Amino acid sequence: MAEQDWKTNRRVFAAVSLPTLFWIIVFFVVPMAIVWLYSFGENKGLTEIDISGTLDNYKRATEWLYVTIFGKSFAVAALVTLICLIVGFPVAMAITFAGEKWRPWLLLGIMLPFWTNLLVRTYALMILLGSQGYANKGLGALWEGTSWVKTLVGLQPLPTWEPVQLLFNNFAVVFGLVYVHLPFMVLPLYAALDRLDRSLIEASLDLGAGHFRTIMRIVVPLAAPGIVAGVMITLIPALGAYLTPDLMGGTDSQMIANVIERQFKKANDWPFGAALSFLLIYAMFALIAIQSMRRKVPEVG
Amino acid sequence: MDPFEVIKQTRGRRSLLQALGVAAVGISFGGLAACSKGEGKKLANGEEAKLNFYNWDTYIGETTLDDFKQATGVDVTMDLFDSNDVLFAKFKAGNPGYDVIVPSNDFVERMAKADMLMPLDHAQIPNKKNIDAAYINVEYDLQRKYSMPYTWLALGIGYRKSKVKAAPDSWKVLFDSAEYAGRIAWLSEAGDMFRLYGKYLGKSVNALTPADIATIEKMMIKQKPNVKKFHEDDGQDLLLKGDCDLVLEYNGDIAQIMVEDKDIDFVVPKEGSQLNSDNLCIPKGAPHPKNAHAFINYMLDAEVDKKITETILFPTPNSAAKALMPDSYKNNPVIFPPADVLAKCEYARFNPELQPLYEEAFTRVRAA
Repeated sequence: MAEQDWKTNRRVFAAVSLPTLFWIIVFFVVPMAIVWLYSFGENKGLTEIDISGTLDNYKRATEWLYVTIFGKSFAVAALVTLICLIVGFPVAMAITFAGEKWRPWLLLGIMLPFWTNLLVRTYALMILLGSQGYANKGLGALWEGTSWVKTLVGLQPLPTWEPVQLLFNNFAVVFGLVYVHLPFMVLPLYAALDRLDRSLIEASLDLGAGHFRTIMRIVVPLAAPGIVAGVMITLIPALGAYLTPDLMGGTDSQMIANVIERQFKKANDWPFGAALSFLLIYAMFALIAIQSMRRKVPEVG
Repeated sequence: MDPFEVIKQTRGRRSLLQALGVAAVGISFGGLAACSKGEGKKLANGEEAKLNFYNWDTYIGETTLDDFKQATGVDVTMDLFDSNDVLFAKFKAGNPGYDVIVPSNDFVERMAKADMLMPLDHAQIPNKKNIDAAYINVEYDLQRKYSMPYTWLALGIGYRKSKVKAAPDSWKVLFDSAEYAGRIAWLSEAGDMFRLYGKYLGKSVNALTPADIATIEKMMIKQKPNVKKFHEDDGQDLLLKGDCDLVLEYNGDIAQIMVEDKDIDFVVPKEGSQLNSDNLCIPKGAPHPKNAHAFINYMLDAEVDKKITETILFPTPNSAAKALMPDSYKNNPVIFPPADVLAKCEYARFNPELQPLYEEAFTRVRAA
């Protein structure tokens, strides 16, 4: 592809990048730098933060208590990403191979949830999953039905229906996070699968490989950049999730973002909250760095 | 261009991110445009006819703000907050433009210490005379320098009558018993939880020591498997929806849903409890301080507070308004708990040394 080098056209490049650069510096770099400085400070009274260069906040943030919470958040985010990948890959494949007429509508279906605020979607899910919610009502009706059929054929009826606990536990958190993050996984997967050369799949099938083998040996390796992108774009926000564990979680569902939130609000300990935030950001940087190092490896050609 | 074309042409996640980012920026700009309205007309007191009120949810009469506009011409914009911490965090970086706020007692103390509140000019609030004398000289704000009482409230146990064997009149059922395992909700507020455990152990809410906190933490970890949810002051919804059968909540919140559901009741446990009081204050830097005084005075009017109280069903410190209320309110044991129990209840003082200890201990409880 004939790309123009930015060095040959410095002025145009500067003109185009200036607004973006300004935006990033004023609204991202500067506020983040302030929070970063807070993380080396300590509370002086109720509102003042004295930036004394202390490392106490980081020392406290790496205590076992917080390390375990970090670990748990990683585990939850990784599980969510894995489920999203397993569920999302067939969905992306289906969209890729759907007819031209259907594809825009299927993509619209994936993006439709973005039209509603996360809070509204979470509450909707809570109404569905509550002990008196529709999911439980449906299961209860099925249970009653089975019981009725059993009495009809002369068997003992089932014991009375006890609602299943679908809400306020770790299951609900993972379920809610998968629900929220699935589109983030499907879209990059779709982008990768869509540009895949179909003749390779045909060749594989013609040469005697089964469908499953073709997917594992041909489609997955070729879609690897999309998979990596999807994993990153799902894992990182899932790691920082706080609304879902807060609303749908039970008593042991706190994630690191909930702890951070409480430092800024209830505990009024902004320096410690800032230190925890930056540890989380460093972890995300590390993930992205690992990914870009991986990208340097020449792709399958 | 067809929006689907954008997606089709996005090759790789960078451009996809950009496509999504553009949409996000578009949305946030829409919000800002709505905020910048033109200057309003001036009032006799020299201020524009506007007031920004920062209040709790379900905490105002149905027509109070409209009535105030009819009486004075001042347009009230009300925003809602859901915890004192949100209120404090918002004001930490300076007043974002509010004229009247409603912090609880310990936060009146905290915000006054942090120099966030404007001293009230009592000459502009003649309706102060309607307030019960017991609520004028309070420890957290001597002689009401910064605040006027709006409501008071007591923490207790809201429960579903058909799901309990007997009225849960002891903290034991929530704090130290597996009797109602999996049907209990606690408040997520660390300080309140530790102080109430203190009450259960027979201590004053203001006399806890770090050793007590360690003891209580162990008790909490032991009881945690029986607790379903730490709620963010929305325990009444959990109770109403049937997700939980016993919730730690404020009396007024439960009184509100008892109107809808006759199977719900509330009790202040016999060990005593913690009282709170929400107060009308003017934050420093308020753009319309004169309107704010007029508004506070209006809210303390007997008829006005009667209408508010009819809706929110919280105990009012306004004796003139209370006198106008029907007996069903005045004699309601949920709204006004029996005097012998009330005698064992206390207001929590603001304690900057213990607050971080409560928070860290509660984080450990959650992680356990």
